[in-house]
Formats: sequence, C-alpha cells, structure tokens
Amino acid sequence: MSILVIAEHNNLDLHKPTLNTVTAALALGDDVDILVAGANCGKVAEQAAQIAKIRKVLLADHAAYEHQLAENVAKLIATVGKSYSHILAPAGTQGKNTLPRVAALLDVDQLSDVIRIDSPDTFARPIYAGNAIATVQSSAAIKVMTIRATNFDAVATNGNAPIETLDDTFSTSNATFIKEEIAESDRPELTVADVVISGGRGMASGENFEMLYTLADKLNAAVGASRAAVDAGFVPNDMQVGQTGKIVAPNLYIAVGISGAIQHLAGMKDSKVIVAINKDEEAPIFQVADYGLVADLFEVVPQLENLV
Amino acid sequence: MKVLVAVKRVIDYNVKVRVKPDHSDVDLNNVKMAINPFCEIAVEEAVRLKEKGVASEIIVVSIGPKEAQEQIRTALALGADRGLLIQTEEMPSSLGVAKLLKAVVDEEQPQLIILGKQSIDTDNNQTGQMLAALTDYPQGAFASSVEVEGDHINVAREIDGGLQTLKLSLPAVITADLRLNEPRYASLPNIMKAKRKPLDTKTPADLGVTLNNTLKTVKVEPPAERQAGIKVASVEELVDKLKNEAKVI
Ligand SMILES: Cc1cc2nc3c(=O)[nH]c(=O)nc-3n(C[C@H](O)[C@H](O)[C@H](O)COP(=O)(O)OP(=O)(O)OC[C@H]3O[C@@H](n4cnc5c(N)ncnc54)[C@H](O)[C@@H]3O)c2cc1C
Ligand SMILES: Nc1ncnc2c1ncn2[C@@H]1O[C@H](COP(=O)(O)O)[C@@H](O)[C@H]1O
Repeated sequence: MSILVIAEHNNLDLHKPTLNTVTAALALGDDVDILVAGANCGKVAEQAAQIAKIRKVLLADHAAYEHQLAENVAKLIATVGKSYSHILAPAGTQGKNTLPRVAALLDVDQLSDVIRIDSPDTFARPIYAGNAIATVQSSAAIKVMTIRATNFDAVATNGNAPIETLDDTFSTSNATFIKEEIAESDRPELTVADVVISGGRGMASGENFEMLYTLADKLNAAVGASRAAVDAGFVPNDMQVGQTGKIVAPNLYIAVGISGAIQHLAGMKDSKVIVAINKDEEAPIFQVADYGLVADLFEVVPQLENLV
Repeated sequence: MKVLVAVKRVIDYNVKVRVKPDHSDVDLNNVKMAINPFCEIAVEEAVRLKEKGVASEIIVVSIGPKEAQEQIRTALALGADRGLLIQTEEMPSSLGVAKLLKAVVDEEQPQLIILGKQSIDTDNNQTGQMLAALTDYPQGAFASSVEVEGDHINVAREIDGGLQTLKLSLPAVITADLRLNEPRYASLPNIMKAKRKPLDTKTPADLGVTLNNTLKTVKVEPPAERQAGIKVASVEELVDKLKNEAKVI
C-alpha cells in the first residue's frame, strides 16, 4: 500500500485541506508521499515536508504547472501515480478539475468526496446532495479519490520529510491561462473557519452584506452565502455554500435570511452548532437549526453585533 | 460547427430522496424524474450558440434506460436538432459514460462538447474531465461563461478562490456550472415539433464499448439526523445560549 497525496496550494502556501487529506491517506497505509506540482513553489514543498508521518515530498516545479491546468497536471500525476495503490486529492475545485482526468488516463473508476475510510478498498461518500450515504467497494487497480476535508482531522506539521525533485514536464498548447480574479479578504477562509455566517436572498442586496462582514469581524468568522444570493449578484461565487459550492463544518454556522433548500443544507449540515435567523417560522432551515430565531434580520443582526 | 451535449435522466431536484428500508439503495419508485439541472444548462448554452450562428447543429446524447428518451425529447424541445439514446439498464460509472461519449465523439466529430458539471444523483463531477482525457481535448470545467472566437473558446471557470479564465483550442470539452445561463421553458409548439425530430437508439455494443464498473455499492444509509433544536425568543437569549450552553462564542 503506497499512497500519493496531491497537494492543494497557490504556489505560495499549502492549503489546509491537504493536511486533512493526509489523515485520510494514513488510514489507508503508512507509505504516504505528497506531490507538489506548481511553479516557483519551493516554499510549498518546504511546508509539505513538515507534515508529520509522511515518507517524502515530490516536487514538480515548472511553468507548465503554474495555474494547475488539468491538461498538464493530470499527465504528471498519472505518470508519477501509476506505481501507487491510491491517489488522493482534497475535494476542492483543483482536485475536482484534475483527478477525474487522472483516473481516465489510468483507465480506472474514481470516487468523489470520500467522507469515511473503512478499509483500503471500501469507502463512504454522500450521494443525492447528502440525503444518502453510500458505502462503496472499489476493485479498481489504482484507487483514485477526492477527500472531503471536513470529515477528517488535520495531521500534525512537526515532521521533516525529504524533498525529491521531479523533471517530468507536460505542457499543452491547447489550453492557455488568461487571467484569474481571486477575491481578497482578511477574514478566515470559509472551509477552515471556526465560525461561518452566511447570508441568503433575504439579505436583499450586496450592500446589506456589510452587516454580516461587521459581525464576522467581531467573531473572527468567514462569510458565506446561498446560491440565491450569488445568483442575485449580492456576492461573488466563491462564497457559495452547498451541494455545488463549498462544504463547511464549523463549530458555529449562522444562516441569515436563508430558507434551507436541500442543496444548501448539503454544504453545512455537519456544522456543530447551527443558528438560523429567518422571519418565516416555517422555513426548512429551522429543522436543522439548534437555535432558531424567528425575526426580521435587519432588526436582529445589528443587535447581535452589539451583544457579542 | 457541431455541438454535442450529454444529458442525464435523474431524480427531479425538488424531490427529497429516501433510502430503502433494506439499505440496498435509494427508493426511486414513483419518483418524478427529470433532466439533470446542469445538463439543462448545457443544452441552453448550445441553443444560444446556435441562435448566435456559432453552432450549426446540436446533437443530444443520453445514456440510460429507454425512459431517458423523455429527457432527450425535452432537450429537443429546448432547441437541439437530433437525439441519440445509448440504451442500457445498468447505469455505467462516470468512466463508462465517458467511454461511450468518446465513441460518439469519434463518430460525430463535434467541435464543442458540453456536459453538466455534476449529476445530482451520484454527485460525481467526473464525466466531462474524463471525456477530455480520453479525447485528449482541453477542458473548461465549471464554466460560468463561454465565448467562441474562431478556432478557440474562452471559458470563465468557477474556482474556490473566484474565477479563472482559460483560452482553449477547439475541439474542447466544457462542463456547465449553474451560473452559465438560465434555461428557457420549452413552448408547446416546440414540444410538438420535438416529437418529429430524429432520435436514434444504440447499445454500448453497437459502439464497441464494453463496460466494466469496478465500483460496487455495498449499502446505502440515511445520513445522521440532527437533533431538533429550539426556538429562542430574543437576541439576548440567543447570545446567552451560544455563550453558556453551546459554548461556541
Ligand atoms: C442543481 C442545483 C444545485 C444547487 N446548489 C446550491 C448550492 O450549492 N447552494 C445553495 O445555497 N443553493 C443551491 N441551489 C439553489 C437552492 O435550490 C435554493 O434555490 C437556494 O439555496 C435558495 O437560497 P435562499 O435560501 O437564500 O433563498 P430563498 O429560498 O428565497 O430564501 C430566502 C429566505 O429569506 C427569508 N427572509 C427574507 N427576508 C427576510 C428578512 N428581512 N429577515 C429574515 N428573513 C428573511 C425568507 O423567509 C426566506 O426563507 C441549487 C439548486 C440547484 C437546482
Ligand atoms: N448517463 C449519462 N448520460 C448522459 N450524460 C451523462 C450521463 N452521466 C453523466 N453525464 C454527463 O456528465 C455530467 C457530469 O456527470 P457526473 O460526472 O456523473 O457528475 C452530466 O451533467 C452529464 O452531462
């Protein structure tokens, strides 16, 4: 059993879901290697080398991997990965973009969003927007899977693994990077924050989200949103929580002006404590909320901000 | 240019699915079925490309049981030109679907292939990327806007941090995210017209594809239910509970 974990990063920092994915890998076997593919990403490799209990870090540092183009990275992973029994990546957009391409190159079926590891070939994953959990046994020659970070603890980072450099370069001319618009924020990242405050269509405008930002700053919280708020243009798409957005499981999730559609619940119902603020006492969000407050959000959010 | 769109027959997205008491699967008896929402968006995008004069012909393909003809007819009513059902009772894995679609791509030689980003039943989010690998075409997964310019396509993609724009040479594979467009409703005359549009049926064997699903579902269980909570009467009470009972702030 040897396991290759694909690091998620932005060439500067290793993203935390990689640490949760390593925990999943260690549940499969002891020989865990990390692949860092990027450009000028030596810093990321150094951070990865500190991950406890891993065997080594493989570093592929080349301009072709700068923007994680699936065409290039998938060929690299498939080449490096074919001698492993398992290939794992965090189930973020990088992993979701690249790993199925790897699986097809290796001619194996893939498992997405694994939430539990029962044995080296048996895994659990949510289906139907989390309304059912399937236990799946895979007889694929190489098990390729994305890991839902919120279901695994982060591994410690007190290690000191060796870094090995790879020279394989795969570079396509069929896909070119044009630009990236990345939202800048001083608040914690949605998927790792201890507290998440999300706004829905009930917020009525983008300006009104300021209320949530102020409250978030007091609670050191991240701010999320429902799809309806994203579609209405109140906030950018990277704030969306749900079946097709980000999966979060903070200690505290506060849903403000969100009705609680199954697609939204799929992204947050594993939160430890859920608070719902909604003026409609019949809103389905109250069925999953530990504490429900039936009220007009424009009245109670400012009050909440004063009291915390 | 020819556009190929893949549509899947799935449970209607408004239905809350239930697990069978014997935990063998979810219960799909008498459940409303529909075209996967992301596939509907894929069809709409193809139709818009045709209306702009960029696409010349739209072919929709679905892999599934005979009843999947209904979803192909829906796509035809939305504006696709002809349909192809690859009939199979056993739903293949995403890799199996990608292999069947690859065989169709080899036959039809479309310049653009649009899929949904995700099936809302399996929540796999794999097929488009796999098809791109098998054809060695570039991919624009999770597209929220596309623009064809001559021999290439610009795709804005929804990524964790925001948006990424790529330029892909054609032929290419695109997977549609929710924001790509808002699908139209089929008009009654178009529904009638769709009944006369060509719809071909083939089997995986006709396409020379043997399916081998290596993923076996051992059991299907309902998720852990949350304990019902309480309603608080005021913000003061809420803050008190969060501080002293839940101890989360
Ligand atoms: C394939 C598919 C995938 C999807 N994926 C996602 C996803 O990932 N994430 C997601 O969130 N959605 C997703 N959706 C959309 C989802 O179905 C819902 O439409 C969406 O979650 C609704 O958002 P909302 O709760 O903000 O809006 P609404 O359902 O309109 O609810 C607004 C709520 O605000 C309350 N409200 C209004 N004014 C006030 C006020 N002044 N004070 C207090 N309360 C107020 C109302 O009572 C209401 O309950 C998806 C849909 C599809 C079809
Ligand atoms: N059985 C199928 N028939 C046609 N298209 C499919 C089928 N399964 C998946 N697809 C396509 O692949 C997309 C992503 O599906 P998936 O990888 O299963 O989440 C869907 O939105 C469809 O466009």
